[in-house]
Amino acid sequence: MEKTLERFYAAFAALGIPWIVPQLILMLVVASLVILFISVSVMFMIWWERKISAHIQVRYGPMRVGGWHGWAQSLADGIKLLIKEDVIPAGADKLVFALAPMVVFAAALAAYVIIPFGPNLIVRDLNIGVLFYISISSLTVVGIIMAGWSSNNKYSVLGALRSAAQAVSYEVPLVVSILGVIMTVGSLSMIQIVEAQQRIWFVIPQFAGFLIYLTAALAECNRLPFDIPEAESELVAGFHVEYSGMRFAIFFLAEYANMFTVAAIATTLFLGGWHGPLLPPWLWFLIKTYFIIFVMMWLRWTLARLRVDQLMNLGWKVLLPLAFLNMGITGVVLVLRG
Amino acid sequence: MTVIQVVFFLVAAFTTAAAFLVVLAKNIVHCAIALVFTFFGVAALYVLLDAEFLAAVQVLLYVGGITILLLFAIMLTSRISARGVRVMNEQVGMSAVVVFAIFALLAIASLKGFALVGSPPPASYATASLGRLLLTTYVLPFEAVSILLLAAMVGAIILARREREKD
Repeated sequence: MEKTLERFYAAFAALGIPWIVPQLILMLVVASLVILFISVSVMFMIWWERKISAHIQVRYGPMRVGGWHGWAQSLADGIKLLIKEDVIPAGADKLVFALAPMVVFAAALAAYVIIPFGPNLIVRDLNIGVLFYISISSLTVVGIIMAGWSSNNKYSVLGALRSAAQAVSYEVPLVVSILGVIMTVGSLSMIQIVEAQQRIWFVIPQFAGFLIYLTAALAECNRLPFDIPEAESELVAGFHVEYSGMRFAIFFLAEYANMFTVAAIATTLFLGGWHGPLLPPWLWFLIKTYFIIFVMMWLRWTLARLRVDQLMNLGWKVLLPLAFLNMGITGVVLVLRG
Repeated sequence: MTVIQVVFFLVAAFTTAAAFLVVLAKNIVHCAIALVFTFFGVAALYVLLDAEFLAAVQVLLYVGGITILLLFAIMLTSRISARGVRVMNEQVGMSAVVVFAIFALLAIASLKGFALVGSPPPASYATASLGRLLLTTYVLPFEAVSILLLAAMVGAIILARREREKD
């Protein structure tokens, strides 16, 4: 991997082209690959979610498009969304309305920089690793508020405000829950966190942290049982009521991309990342990540939606104290061990 | 000009443009959204200075916390977002003097001050050494700031509560 890169740079250096050109080409290639991966993975996840929901409700789900179990359903939906008319409501703030999906998707895309798919399969092993994800994910909320406000619709503003309140409250337990892992490893770098789990996955010593992380992550992704920002029965669809066609598709894409990121970070921090016997590392990483995504879908189609006050109570009065307790116990154990 | 310099000027121009938009936009929600981009530009400047931790915290606190609360407050205040805000008031001359004085002070301070700055620590240890310093050399100011923030938080909660009792 590194040798190919060196040869790539050397070829340009030999031609007398400045170092910035091959680097820009490399950046473009990597970014395109990440976007390609996101699109394929999201299309698979949407089809999978429809299948899981159908089987939980004793239905078949999509069966026709593409032949085998309707595998091409997402592809067909994607093409349909692409060729739909681009509608901007008359009362909308056009600039902000157009900018909002871009902000949400940019935040979702940026988070893929730190996902370690394998020992060398990471866009960039940042020193601040996990912290980068936590900070960049807060941009999603800004995008959602922009979408909700610019639509000039009561339901979308309410949805956006709920989403902001939820994200701000659940970000705190989320951050505190992963501190246990970071304290044990002594580094924020994703690669080093995975390498520290060669002998034991952190899900065993940090089981409480894992559960708190998963709960808070569900809320961060606005998924059931924490989907009050979109609650169909009261808010129609929340912040994206007025969006249609490709702009709506970008929100949808970002939402599922975020789900993958959250699951991938759970895999990295708690499930030993790419470690596993026999199979290649990247396959292990994907298996574990999609397993967590499966659990998230399973929960969505099994649990009922929480009320706003229940949601806030759970976040501040249950999850946060538990997360702090977990952090304190981890600290005491680390000090006693020396 | 090196690549870093080009990137610096691009980011600086972006940040300044967004900052101008914050001050000059007529719609207060547009101001708040432009503020998000300003904070983001500042975070990019921190990255150029190898202060990755500071950049992440800048985005986390200012973009994820402060601007979201700001937008929250704007949207919960009735009709403030519909009305255009006045960009200038009557004291343009006076404020121009103050602004130029502050600008001159900052310019002199940064021109003279850069000579006195020691060489920074290696970038890869910046976050770790920051943490170590906060819990050893600067532990007292660090704790003092924590208590101050806690007091401010308790004060805010008490103020909000009292208002509700009056209703």
